[in-house]
Amino acid sequence: MIDEKVANSSAAPGGQQPQHGRRIQDAVIRLAGNSQDGIQAIGGFLARLAGRTDKDVMTYMTIPATISGGPSIYQVRLGTGEVLSAGDDVDVLVAFYQHSYNDHISTLHDGGILIYDSDNVQPDPNQKRYRSVGVPITGQTVEAIGGTARDKGKNMFVLGLLARMYDLDVPKLEAMLQVYYKSKGEDVIRNVIGAFNAGYGYDIGKLADTFEFVTPTNKAARKQIVTDGNQAIAYGALAAGIRFGAGYPITPWSSVMEILRAELPKYGGMFVQAEDELAAIAMACGASYSGYLSLTGTSGPGLSLKTEALGWAVMAEMPIIIIDVQRGGPSTGLPTNVEQSDLNIACFGGHGDSPRIVVAPSSVEDCFYTTLEAAKLAREYSCPVIVLSDQALATRIETWELPDFSKLTQDISPNFSARGPNYKPYENAADGIAHHAPPGTPMVDGKYPVVTGLEHDESGHPASRPANHVMMVAKRRRKLQVLTSRLPKAETYGPPEGNVLLVGWGSSHGPIREAVDKARAAGESVSALNIRYLQPLQPGIGEILDGFNHVFVAEINDEGLYGYGQLAALLRARFCNDKIRGINKTDGLPFKVREILNGMHEKLKQSPEPVLARA
Amino acid sequence: MIAEARNLDGKEIKLADRPKFTKKDLVADLPTWCPGCGDFSVLSIYFKMVEKLQIPHEKITSIAGIGCSSRFPYFVNAYGVHFLHGRAAPFATGVSLMRPDLHVFVFGGDGDAFSIGGNHLNHAGRKNVKMTYVIMDNSVYGLTKKQTSPTSPIGFKSKTDPTGAMDHPVNPMKQLIASGATFIARTHSHLPNHVMEMMEKAMQHDGFSVIECLSECTEFYPGAFDAANPRKGGAFTLVPVDHDVTDEVAAYKLAMEPFPGYFGVFYHVQRPTKNALEGKLIADAKAKAENASPMELLQKTFARLS
Repeated sequence: MIDEKVANSSAAPGGQQPQHGRRIQDAVIRLAGNSQDGIQAIGGFLARLAGRTDKDVMTYMTIPATISGGPSIYQVRLGTGEVLSAGDDVDVLVAFYQHSYNDHISTLHDGGILIYDSDNVQPDPNQKRYRSVGVPITGQTVEAIGGTARDKGKNMFVLGLLARMYDLDVPKLEAMLQVYYKSKGEDVIRNVIGAFNAGYGYDIGKLADTFEFVTPTNKAARKQIVTDGNQAIAYGALAAGIRFGAGYPITPWSSVMEILRAELPKYGGMFVQAEDELAAIAMACGASYSGYLSLTGTSGPGLSLKTEALGWAVMAEMPIIIIDVQRGGPSTGLPTNVEQSDLNIACFGGHGDSPRIVVAPSSVEDCFYTTLEAAKLAREYSCPVIVLSDQALATRIETWELPDFSKLTQDISPNFSARGPNYKPYENAADGIAHHAPPGTPMVDGKYPVVTGLEHDESGHPASRPANHVMMVAKRRRKLQVLTSRLPKAETYGPPEGNVLLVGWGSSHGPIREAVDKARAAGESVSALNIRYLQPLQPGIGEILDGFNHVFVAEINDEGLYGYGQLAALLRARFCNDKIRGINKTDGLPFKVREILNGMHEKLKQSPEPVLARA
Repeated sequence: MIAEARNLDGKEIKLADRPKFTKKDLVADLPTWCPGCGDFSVLSIYFKMVEKLQIPHEKITSIAGIGCSSRFPYFVNAYGVHFLHGRAAPFATGVSLMRPDLHVFVFGGDGDAFSIGGNHLNHAGRKNVKMTYVIMDNSVYGLTKKQTSPTSPIGFKSKTDPTGAMDHPVNPMKQLIASGATFIARTHSHLPNHVMEMMEKAMQHDGFSVIECLSECTEFYPGAFDAANPRKGGAFTLVPVDHDVTDEVAAYKLAMEPFPGYFGVFYHVQRPTKNALEGKLIADAKAKAENASPMELLQKTFARLS
């Protein structure tokens, strides 16, 4: 926070006295209550407002893995610069209940502000670490909108309080509330606006500081939109031209299929809720075979079930997209928490030698573009592509630039032009890529192909001759080697040489970049490398590793039997480089910037001298 | 969905203009089945039917799972798929839903249909996805060389039950009726005319049509269906002429009859197919969205996300 006091020039509605707000660039607000209190709605409105006022935003939430109710938090970080993580410590904690206060007060940084519902919470009266501001949230809400709707309105009252505290754009917020609650009827809108105004009118300025965001220096060139990661994946699939999907409900993947089920018919496509994970991928294979690139998706346990058909798609060289929204495992594990522990099964899970493409988006925006790219890769290389998202990306909200659809949308309808003579779908060409003819395609020589999971020759005919298997295994591998040579060269964030390289993938990329910024600001020589293409790996990674004394791979999975996580193990196997070490954690929560920096400093202490790579 | 098919030189291919094709055009690989296998009969009847109806190669797909009978697609010169054990039905679902122009046939055995793929069969039936599924039931695992199958009778001696099978066998017709399939018939590969009649009826049905065809494994379970073969002194009893094929309870009663039971159409009703229902969903959604292009739809959606 910047300590520059300026006069708040905006005229406050309701005849309030103008207030003075401290100018800030960035605010982290944690709302702690129960899952039925509608605290997600507060966070959602704050995030959307940020998008409409050229601020960056990132949210983070926890939801109990229960059917209904239970403690829940929603954290919003708003900023005028680039927001890379949801924030380690919070500036403002809003505690609805005693348990909210007890469980989350430790996240409030020194000098932060606690706002608690004085009707429900009794904070420690003797502490001096932070400022406590009691507001009778329950009582004030009842007073504003009547007793019957008490629990319903508290979130809107708090939204009003925060709008006042952070000098937010009230007309825009009110307009959003009107639109959002339009379908719920006049009475609900009246209560929502009533509670919001009561919160806004409550003179929080007397009790706590008020703030004002500095004006953004570079306004976004294009309009900003606000989505979570699963929305970005679903819309990415639609933009990519995918017209068939099949899936089975599993947390946290389900919302992708819910969106596609509602949206695809408008595009002339369909999404089928299958009887199980096996059927879902089988249906996707069938629809892809019929000529329409298809998508299926799941979370951890479902990916295990899909690996049989994944093997078929590798063998038949059938393009399909598999979305895996990772959660804590193994087994049912932590269904509503994050983990990056499906890397091994995504890259290697399956029977036989089964090379496939694996890509991992690193932000909500990247979920959109990665899905688009997955469709392109699946078609170009005629093979399955796994997109490794995770629970943190799936549920967090970010602002991102409106995509230019005129450049993105593509028609990928099947090519039924006649083939042959001597049509060879699996020709042993230099690039190793198969070229299928969808059923219905005329064959000029009158011979029609069968697509099979048996090893086959170039024409697709079953063939178990030793030399043929050698050739075809190599062909299926070679096409991914061809892809490697066409991928963009890996690039570091920060200088390409230095003391420490922090390597990460997926949702950890944001906090890792923020860790680099902090470390460099403190004079340390630290850069970062994000591995977007997990299989095959991009070119140039080996050279980058060579340019650093220490390489730490930060990932949300276990350090394993030998002291490094899943990506670290992959990189060690690939580059035979024993300076690669891991910064791992398994608490089911996204990386905090501090955790990465502490992990790095600890490891450096263990071996302060540069570890030299073997010659 | 095929708007036009073009030759390599750009000339349009009119499928209807082609000379009449014969069985010779339909034959592909030589079947790898053992001599005397019941599956030969199903294959030759399939050829006969396709020839009789003059369905072009481009309008058929034969899809199979794993097993002796699932080798079927290799022997037919048409688009075909050899998929996973038990999962031919969901694969065929994907094909059928996206390609209403194709006749989708699924061929498989009792292991595919009633064991490893049992749940898939139930759901393809329930969803009434348009396809014809021919289950060649030999009551034994043949490809893996004589293990007990889900339809092996109690006491059947196999390599996994040397002292005789002890698990209660599946009653295929009861299972199919319960699944919600809309055309269900039973036949016997030793009676080709009856197989042909059932296949044609199944193919003409708009919905999920399924046939259980008793198909003897001469190698590992010879004589299994002699009791239903008149040439071996058995009784091939047709479904009574007064049987109401729309009566589910009556169909169950036929299915309850002990082996060899009845042959013919047990159940036949019209219920909207998944294909038609999804088609309507698409038509309604497109009309509501005023037939907007994909780009317009995305732009509209993203305007709401800001």
